[in-house]
Amino acid sequence: MSEQPSPIVEFRAVEKRYGDGPLVLDRISFSAQADDFVSVIGPSGCGKTTLLRLLAGVSAVTDGELVIDGQSPEAAAQELAYVFQEPTLLPWLTVDKNVQLLLRLRGVPAAERAAVGDRALRLARLSGKDRCYPCQLSGGQKMRVSLARALSLSPKILLLDEPFGALDEMSREHLNEELLAVRALQTWTAFFVTHSVAEAVFLSNRILVMSANPGRIHREVRVDLPYPRTPDTRESAAYLQLVAEVSRLLRSVEHYQP
Amino acid sequence: MSARTQRILLPVLTAPLLIGLWYLVCFLLAPDRRIFLPAPHQILHALVASRAELFSAWLNTGAGALAGFLLAIAVSGLCALLLSLSPWVRASLYPYLMILQMTPVVVLAPMLIIWVGAGFKSVALITFLICVFPLVVNSTQGLISVDRHLVELFRMARASRRQEVLLLRIPAALPYFFTGLRIAATLAPIGAVVGDFTAGNSAGAGLGFLTIIYSANFRYPELFATVAATCALGFLFTGGVLGLSWLALHHWHDSYGRTDT
Repeated sequence: MSEQPSPIVEFRAVEKRYGDGPLVLDRISFSAQADDFVSVIGPSGCGKTTLLRLLAGVSAVTDGELVIDGQSPEAAAQELAYVFQEPTLLPWLTVDKNVQLLLRLRGVPAAERAAVGDRALRLARLSGKDRCYPCQLSGGQKMRVSLARALSLSPKILLLDEPFGALDEMSREHLNEELLAVRALQTWTAFFVTHSVAEAVFLSNRILVMSANPGRIHREVRVDLPYPRTPDTRESAAYLQLVAEVSRLLRSVEHYQP
Repeated sequence: MSARTQRILLPVLTAPLLIGLWYLVCFLLAPDRRIFLPAPHQILHALVASRAELFSAWLNTGAGALAGFLLAIAVSGLCALLLSLSPWVRASLYPYLMILQMTPVVVLAPMLIIWVGAGFKSVALITFLICVFPLVVNSTQGLISVDRHLVELFRMARASRRQEVLLLRIPAALPYFFTGLRIAATLAPIGAVVGDFTAGNSAGAGLGFLTIIYSANFRYPELFATVAATCALGFLFTGGVLGLSWLALHHWHDSYGRTDT
């Protein structure tokens, strides 16, 4: 395998603790290439969300170094977009205004905002819903608005913190497929935190299985299934084998007592 | 019968019952005491006969109530923004706000008369003092009770403090503000009448002033007509606020239940 020259994200022995609390992340070393889709999976308390917050630059590393696109996380903030576990929509704004919110906060002029927001809406297949209020949408649609809002920034790196965790199985699978379809059109490096092994295997080319107390990278699993992935991918032997392997790893760290 | 027809029809059916009961009590009273409870038709007659006097008093009281109410909205908005800044500011100022609320406003009336003179200004100030507290408390609560996920969204997007207040905190506080406004709307006419009662003058006589005149002159049907006029003012204020609240919130707020999803 040929190694690409410079990674877009590099963790160098990163450690994190909050105040005088226990170590949350312990010597995380890992680098991601621009075309990577990295899923992070592990028991609760393994520091998955903390990992994303370090990347987003809202929380500083305690020790070690984190380099994003050759810069510090604070400096690289403009190149990132974050999708939360909750849709976090402003209930008093219509869908189109919600999608444009982050652009508005960045001071993008109204006309440009409308054009960019419109593209993001189409990308998330929400055309026709632009004048709706969030309370008129289903859970899956709200999540799409949230996704469209993040995509409107044309990020280099997309951070997703269990975005589909609250959805039913059907909507989740559907949105997984659409997420990959969007990624084929607008390329970004993905960091995707999830509790679902099936979702991690379906989406990613790399899966980080983490262990807790303190959070460490227990094992990395490469997923060599070809893109584009379709519903048929979920029935392939290779997919099922990987799901079994990651599940086994996850069980081993769940029962691991330091 | 649908819930809506029930809500409209039942009160309409109750009206004749209540009026009948009223006449019954009038009939049962000893003849020399009937003067103390005028019958509904006598009140109606007084209302029509004294309509010019009542209407001008109604306008005066309404103007005082509106001025005090609007002043309370403006001042409470600034106060709430100040109080929402930090727990420190709240801790330092809340006790004094409580003291103001615990002081019966009527007791302040003599001071107000000395400061600004009897009449419209005093009436408006008394209304203001009665209305301001529920507005400040509710609006402050709204400004500090924003969904923490949304605050996180704004912080992560590096939104400025100004953007956070204008685009997030103020709209999120609107439902709370309207709760305060509904309470204030019922208090404003009461405040204006009480104000007029204690600090009114004959030049700009309002409903409170008329009450004193009528009761001193044993004009009980007119007294009851004044009560009805006060009541109408209350309905006008409350109705107006309910309408505004609907305009501002019905698109998105849960309190105006959604039919579709």
